[in-house]
Amino acid sequence: MTPLTQRFDFSRYNYILVPLAAGGLALLVGGVIIWLLGANPFQAYIGMLQGAFGSPNALADSLVKAGPLLFVGVGICIAYRGGVINIGGEGQIVMGALATTMIVLTFSNLPGLLLIPLALIAGFIGGGFWGGIAGFLKARFNVNEVLSTVMLNAIAVQFMTFLLNGVWIDPTTLDNAIRIPQTQRFPLWADLPRLTPTRLHAGILLGIAVAVLAYILLWRTTIGYRIRAVGFNTVASKYAGIGVGRYQILAITLSGALAGLGGAVEVLAVNHRLFTDGSATGFTGSAGFNGIVVALFGGLHPLGVIPASFLFGALLTGANSLQRTVQVPGAFVTTLDGLVVIFVVASQIWARRRATRRALIEPAPKENVASADAV
Amino acid sequence: MLEQLFAPAVIIGILASGIQLATPYLYASIGEMFSQVSGVLNLGVEGVMLIAAFVAYYVALKTSNLILALALAALAGALMGLLTAFLSVTLKAEQGISGIGIYLFGLGLSDLLFLVLVGTPTAIRGFPELDLPVLSSMPVLGPILFSQNILVYFAFACVPLAWFVLNKTTLGLKVRAVGQTPEAADSLGISVARVRYIAVIVAATMAGIAGASLSIAMFNIFQQNLTSGMGFIAVALVYFGGWRPFRVMLGALLFSMVNALQLWIQTLGIGLPSDIAGMLPYILTIIALIFAARQIVTQPTALTKPFERGE
Amino acid sequence: MKVRYTFFIIALVAMLALAACATPTAAPQPTAAPAQATAAPAGKPFRIAVVMPSAANDLAFSQSMIDALGELQKEMGKDKLEFVYSENMFNVTDAATAIRDYATKGYDLILAHGSQYGASVQDIAPDFPNTAFAWGTAVDTFKEKGVNNVFAYTVASDQGGYVEGVIGAKLSKSKVLGALGPIPAGDGQLTIKGFEAGAQATDPNVKVQTTFTNSFSDVALMSQAAQTQIASGADVLTGTSQSVVGAVSVAKDKGALWFGNQSDQASLAPEIVVASQVYDWTVALKDMMAKINGGTRGGEVFIMTFANKGLVMVYNPAYKLPDDVKALADKTVAGLADGSIQTGIK
Repeated sequence: MTPLTQRFDFSRYNYILVPLAAGGLALLVGGVIIWLLGANPFQAYIGMLQGAFGSPNALADSLVKAGPLLFVGVGICIAYRGGVINIGGEGQIVMGALATTMIVLTFSNLPGLLLIPLALIAGFIGGGFWGGIAGFLKARFNVNEVLSTVMLNAIAVQFMTFLLNGVWIDPTTLDNAIRIPQTQRFPLWADLPRLTPTRLHAGILLGIAVAVLAYILLWRTTIGYRIRAVGFNTVASKYAGIGVGRYQILAITLSGALAGLGGAVEVLAVNHRLFTDGSATGFTGSAGFNGIVVALFGGLHPLGVIPASFLFGALLTGANSLQRTVQVPGAFVTTLDGLVVIFVVASQIWARRRATRRALIEPAPKENVASADAV
Repeated sequence: MLEQLFAPAVIIGILASGIQLATPYLYASIGEMFSQVSGVLNLGVEGVMLIAAFVAYYVALKTSNLILALALAALAGALMGLLTAFLSVTLKAEQGISGIGIYLFGLGLSDLLFLVLVGTPTAIRGFPELDLPVLSSMPVLGPILFSQNILVYFAFACVPLAWFVLNKTTLGLKVRAVGQTPEAADSLGISVARVRYIAVIVAATMAGIAGASLSIAMFNIFQQNLTSGMGFIAVALVYFGGWRPFRVMLGALLFSMVNALQLWIQTLGIGLPSDIAGMLPYILTIIALIFAARQIVTQPTALTKPFERGE
Repeated sequence: MKVRYTFFIIALVAMLALAACATPTAAPQPTAAPAQATAAPAGKPFRIAVVMPSAANDLAFSQSMIDALGELQKEMGKDKLEFVYSENMFNVTDAATAIRDYATKGYDLILAHGSQYGASVQDIAPDFPNTAFAWGTAVDTFKEKGVNNVFAYTVASDQGGYVEGVIGAKLSKSKVLGALGPIPAGDGQLTIKGFEAGAQATDPNVKVQTTFTNSFSDVALMSQAAQTQIASGADVLTGTSQSVVGAVSVAKDKGALWFGNQSDQASLAPEIVVASQVYDWTVALKDMMAKINGGTRGGEVFIMTFANKGLVMVYNPAYKLPDDVKALADKTVAGLADGSIQTGIK
């Protein structure tokens, strides 16, 4: 349905203009807080822009930060489309990283060309296993996934501490009385290649490829169609003879697998070892939660997650740079993140208006309807 | 070694600790249950708890008036609830995500305020343990049940109260109606939005009291990220309880007591690595639910779904 | 669909362009110092940047460093020493970005104040050969790996723990002591081992019970751990990490004694805090600054001990410690300092 008039129609781009405006508004409120804290908001935001985009290094940092968000975000899209709320990203990232670490430590003699793919696959399986448990518990025992994923997050972290403070601990730290709960540095040939002299690594490309594959899976295959059908209307799918439980397990398993892959990339490309501070965030940077936000900002569409994760990564990186520039308390960074999420999510009603209207007119609107009143 | 665990002193200790630890979960979960039954998932409980915990702490620090501190914490919770309701009901925002926003905002703001207004953790005088006359001197049960601070008693009193409100009052009926079949409720002239606003604000007020129970009754101090994930556990416990107050209470008690148990296991020197012991509460909660969830639990049909008139 | 994302990408590129344009105008701001920082020339202040995992006011590990820098600044004057910090950098990716950024901004010394930052420091330091880095708590300067501009610093917290154990064994009536920690690792675990050793050496009949909560931040669990310790007979407690604040309050309510670690924790409960083992990093910092001004930017390990006064027992003036116990404590500190007493922790 092409509109009769071809004049530029701003409301067409609501889905991008509205969130950007809302983000701007959040930064405005943040600016007032900065001012109240006795710092210069302009200097602060210049610091933020510089830290996020100002140099090749800054850009690379933003992209590196976006990496896990991209993997988790794409996974969340699949879960949401299948009607499953996956808030277990944190635990799934950790389990993926653990599986990767196990492979690297066990087969450290293998050449990189073999070791890296093997380690990545292990991460995929590790995260998928952890997500799959939640899916299985839901389908088989009717255990709600919100409960199980919250619990599984905690279990994964304890398990990580158990391994890192036990069998996997770096032997060199045992020689001196300080025990550091981390593995030894991985062999150099296990490092994911860097793309530039900066910290930018090949994992980002993998993330983009995964997003494209997820898009193809969801919209170009029968499996994907069924996942979406289950999420869109469980009852109707049941009548249509689709095994609802099976596809929900599949959706959350894939979602967990991608989070796990994100964890694998983090260890192989960024940290080159696994460590713990007894929390998940120390390793994940809360990507398991932020990935949910990114998925929504990307319209619950795997391809939309690509730019959304980059923008969110830039926001997080920039906010830290802001803190360094004007030396406001670290808590301001969290506050600002919260404000941006609240403002942008609140603005969705305006961004959505257009999409919904189109959805009512256009003939094949399945995905638009789904995103309009997603889950 | 294991038989040490069954010594009466240990069992009393576990029960007493468990009851105390369960208190913040009870407030937060029972509140969250109201919100969910009305159809609104509020993942931001943690953020609300943190802000209220700070408010309670700050007021207690400045005025030493604990009642005022509690009241203002509840008010702070209610205001956060108003914000949550505005996002979820009026603006129909994606609830899982607005909750994460509220969480981050609460986490950051409470820390920021603490830093600017107080600076360094300073202890306050919180609610003392209240020995209920006669009852507390009862052997065995006395120290477990009747020698706690007043917020503990209130928390457990909330459970039957919540059951009564939800099942025996018009308000409860309306709350359930807008969570199950908002369209039908709407056609009967019930304002879906208003009922949800009430439920969400009640929930956040209780989360506020939960936060206060930490800072002015349990620890008598505030610190960055004081709740450390409790709000998320509280949300999970609502699912554990299948939206029924007494089962939510059972979940809170189970989780807390297993946590107390694992601390005792360590303290008594029973050779279980601390990380494995630390997993117990989470694993046992899942296992308990596997057995409990066999009977079909009906989730509020409209949970997380904003109500759109004329759809 | 296609148009949507093309537009999105165009918008992104536009933003990048804008940001790039913003950069030159921002250059002359005061914080952006020249990237090349040779050993601070006379007249210019020595500039230190700290990246740390928890809050600057955690009354524990991070605060010990901020307090030390504040102390040093008071001593040297604000025109001689400047410092900035990034707190809450529990995520190592963020910490690495911060470390690199401070290096780019030309700070003379960058403190990576967390044992989890090692790989990042190893990665970044070679790119900034004229900047000195310091990593703690750790003992590896990566010298064998060809990195010459990293110091390492750590603390023999078993010594402080030992003294606390000695005093605790003397003060305990129940002869049961309790030790609380986050995870059995790092300086916290060392403190607890020292505490056990000190208590045992003083009175073999004393029992030390240990509990780990597996979290640096879980105040609720730590306070329940204290509760459990007290219920099972402990009347003297110690603990590490920022999550102990609730435990101290529990100890106060139940009348147990408390030994602080890392920072001075007497302010939490003046009635019951006997003493705190305080990490005084000024000792290491002064050494490092002298080395840097002399042209050496790394390769050495600093271990804070009683001997070099990097570890200090700070007694709470509000708590009346019996004279004989205080004398024994002083003797123990002196013995640990001159080596006549060994904690036996390796």
